[in-house]
Amino acid sequence: MKNKMMTFALATVMTASSAAQANISGDEVNIGVLTDMTGLYSAVGGAGAVAATEMAVEDFGGEVAGKPINIVSSDHQNRADIASSKSREWIDNEGVDVIVEMLNSSVAIAVQKLASSKGVVTINTGAGTTALTNEECAPLGIHYVYDTHALPVGTATAIVENGGENWYFITADYAFGQSLEKNTSEVVKANGGTVVGSVRHPLSTTDFSSYLIQAQSSGADVVALGNAGTDFTNAVRQAGEFGITDTQTLAGMLVFISDVHALGLETAQGLQYTSAWYWDQNEETRAFGERFLERTGSMPSMVQAGLYSAVTNYLKAIEETGTDEGKSVRAFFGETTMNDMFHKNATVQPNGRVIHDMYLLKVKSPGESERPWDYATVEGTIPGDEAFIPLSESTCSLKK
Amino acid sequence: MSLSLNAILAQAMLGLTNGAFYAILSLGLAVIFGLLNIINFAHGAMYMLGAMVALIGYSFLGTWIGFPELQMGFWWALALAPLAVGIFGMIIERTMLKRLYQLDHLYGLLLTFGIALVLQGFFLNYFSTGGTPYPATPDVLKGAVNLGFMHFPKYRLFAIIASLAVCFATWYVIERTKIGALLRAGTENPNLVQAFGVNVPLMVTLTYGFGVALAAFAGVVAAPIYSISPLMGADLIIIVFAVVVIGGMGSIMGAIVTGLSLGMIEGITKVIYAPAANTVIFLLMVLVLLIRPAGLFGKER
Amino acid sequence: MNRTLWVILIGACLIAPFFVYPVFLAKLLCFGLFACAFNLLIGYTGLLSFGHAAFFGSAAYVCGYLARDVGLTPELAVLSGGLAAGALGYVFGALAIRRQGIYFAMITLALAQIVFFIALKAPITGGEDGLQGVPRGNALGFIDLSDSKAMYYFVMTVFLAGFWLIARIVDSPFGQVLTAIRENEPRALSLGYNVARYKHMAFVLSAALAGVAGATKTIVFQFASLPDASWHLSGEVVLMTLLGGLGTILGPMVGAFTVVSLQSELSGFGSWVTVAIGLTFIVCVLLFRRGIVGELEHLFRKRSSSVKVDQKPAVRPESSTETQ
Repeated sequence: MKNKMMTFALATVMTASSAAQANISGDEVNIGVLTDMTGLYSAVGGAGAVAATEMAVEDFGGEVAGKPINIVSSDHQNRADIASSKSREWIDNEGVDVIVEMLNSSVAIAVQKLASSKGVVTINTGAGTTALTNEECAPLGIHYVYDTHALPVGTATAIVENGGENWYFITADYAFGQSLEKNTSEVVKANGGTVVGSVRHPLSTTDFSSYLIQAQSSGADVVALGNAGTDFTNAVRQAGEFGITDTQTLAGMLVFISDVHALGLETAQGLQYTSAWYWDQNEETRAFGERFLERTGSMPSMVQAGLYSAVTNYLKAIEETGTDEGKSVRAFFGETTMNDMFHKNATVQPNGRVIHDMYLLKVKSPGESERPWDYATVEGTIPGDEAFIPLSESTCSLKK
Repeated sequence: MSLSLNAILAQAMLGLTNGAFYAILSLGLAVIFGLLNIINFAHGAMYMLGAMVALIGYSFLGTWIGFPELQMGFWWALALAPLAVGIFGMIIERTMLKRLYQLDHLYGLLLTFGIALVLQGFFLNYFSTGGTPYPATPDVLKGAVNLGFMHFPKYRLFAIIASLAVCFATWYVIERTKIGALLRAGTENPNLVQAFGVNVPLMVTLTYGFGVALAAFAGVVAAPIYSISPLMGADLIIIVFAVVVIGGMGSIMGAIVTGLSLGMIEGITKVIYAPAANTVIFLLMVLVLLIRPAGLFGKER
Repeated sequence: MNRTLWVILIGACLIAPFFVYPVFLAKLLCFGLFACAFNLLIGYTGLLSFGHAAFFGSAAYVCGYLARDVGLTPELAVLSGGLAAGALGYVFGALAIRRQGIYFAMITLALAQIVFFIALKAPITGGEDGLQGVPRGNALGFIDLSDSKAMYYFVMTVFLAGFWLIARIVDSPFGQVLTAIRENEPRALSLGYNVARYKHMAFVLSAALAGVAGATKTIVFQFASLPDASWHLSGEVVLMTLLGGLGTILGPMVGAFTVVSLQSELSGFGSWVTVAIGLTFIVCVLLFRRGIVGELEHLFRKRSSSVKVDQKPAVRPESSTETQ
């Protein structure tokens, strides 16, 4: 509210005095990083997400349009209510101009809705649900890295083609898991497979035994894990204990490099998964990966790398438009084609979906790995228009 | 969901693992309650602390004290973690709980709730709620045994046996030995026991220490099964409270039997109607309260 | 409560939003009312419920559902939330007052867990996602609450009405009987009072008012979610009441304001907030059992007269004899 009025007041003053002066609310640009600092996704985003944002700001020179850039960060604890009241406070009281990351779909849905209603851009690099660019889409929301539609296109197709026809799901029971299960089932069926059953588990579960036993007694060829972070790694480890991997194929629908690192190659080898980015793709990606590794002690996940790119492009948008006003910035994103170390020829659809290529990766065996963090090979590329829902099929009301 | 016998047996076995933990935790609560009349809300936190001591002892302790190659293995942890937590418990009893005995016993519940929050909050700063895997499961206990209806991890079998052994040893000491007799007498009439020259305050301290050591033992045993998380005890303790209410505070054996059977009931519910698995214990509790307000094994007064 | 105090309270409530972020103030008032409602039970009747979040949370969901999916105006949604919580309180109360002391606390806790799991699994609650996007709507059909200040005054009205009601109950003959039960249950029984019925009534009233607080919170934050019904919140409300002063009319409010402000001030320090709250709990139980307001009253009384003050803690000392 205050922020909006200030923008308005500033706008009037600025146009009156000099048009060349940048129109920045509060004379600074505030970036709010809302992430999971302590929970099951903290290795995927967390402190690394803040580091990625800092790197982007530093590389940009620390200021934009002649104004300083501040970063604030907060732990959403995977609770949408905490996230939404924190965002409200940021926007109302601290003049935050953009909220980024939001690694948790419930959080992302709540914050995107709130922020858009208050004229603040959100760039979501963490959460996966397709609802963000469909039924829950918002005028100032951008969904940057991946979504639950893009993940199974590569992974599930490859597994069904290798003979995994009957699928059983172990799914995290919230917006992300439900969306992932639905999208994956569609891909499985489209490729001629069948879904024989599913079971839902609460977010942040440490004992998967009873779910795994249900999956085992279903007799399915493939046990698909519709969860992420430590939920995923816990499930994979325990699947080994109960001998599931002897008779059934485990399919990780959302795998991050941090998960492979936590499991170790011995356990994770052979796993196929879909990612928007991998550090060992070319000179550019390797350069960023090494810098990030030096700074944080781990290679960036696609979420962290995507965040670097998102913040950089956000600052570029302010530089070009001369304002941090939400609508103008979002409009700028709509007209640009992004080319950087994270993605090439990437565009933003009117519903907020960023379209870029995705990659099918396969985890190396311990023998194939030549150095620390050398974990995967790129097996194939999924073109952006196949990976993501075409605009014509989006249920978003803003798609024109 | 198929209602096959194999599925039911498999879930019952998993339930038995959980039940073993319910049993050992409710046993500790019952022992403490018997003498101190305090519901130890910190019991879940002590369970977590046991697991944390095992983890820290293996992964970090050596580096902290300057001997990086020093790692406290599983078997050592099984003995040392309960000891450490027991001593910690005794310090708490001496410095804090002791001051509350002449007051309403609800203050004991509130104090231990505060202690639980402090412990949880502390570890939340350093460990992920997603859980850290325990890295030092002994090789002997790795792998699975084929039970015919399922592959059951050897370690879980060990966990069930170890928990039961400790439960029954505790039962034996309390019900069949002289120390146990004193303890039971102290429960009935502390003043009289004191008059016979027994150091009752010391007995109370040792009992609290022993009770939380049981929790810590359960924590170490649980560490290789469930990932170690600062909140691992927080949600468990609420279920254990319900177990205690169902069983009644009356008897040691009551705590053991109720714990085990409720674990299995919970497991079997997962086959029959999965969404009810989390609530079945609480529903049973309501039922028991309606029929037998003092609990299944409790004495009506 | 005397007239001067009322004037100060209302005056402070009226001018506060010109100095402090209104949404934060609204949160303070919601939790203040919650703690006051809880105090009606623990402070004036001597019953420690460890499951009061069940009422706060269930009302939050009911209110959210009615406001979002049925389209009720906020005041009606809040009222319905309170009624629903009162009805739930009727059932829980009937089960729980059969036992006393620690058993009472544990039964309420376990019953509240059932509510928590229903909130987790029921189709309308949104499970882990929570019930999102509750509209603030127009109070009485024409006052737009999307403005923070308007919303604050709406919450203030609810709070003052609830607080007034509690003050009236405490001073009424009914309240006197409750106090008599707290002080000496056998004596109240022997005087011919139907103790069980009085306790049950107090339980229902406390639950309904806790529900009003939870429902109001939903309107403020446009959100009802699992933490509203979790046992952590049940513990927190005990702390708020204890910290402020059990059985004092202003205490729970002071306690709630302190705890919520503490949480907000320390929110940058991660889980150290939990540690701080736990420590506050420990210090309160060990050293300040009268609570902030209780200690102040005690000091004040000690100075103004030499009349011997009742040293007994608000929770009845004999309440646990049954379980021995």
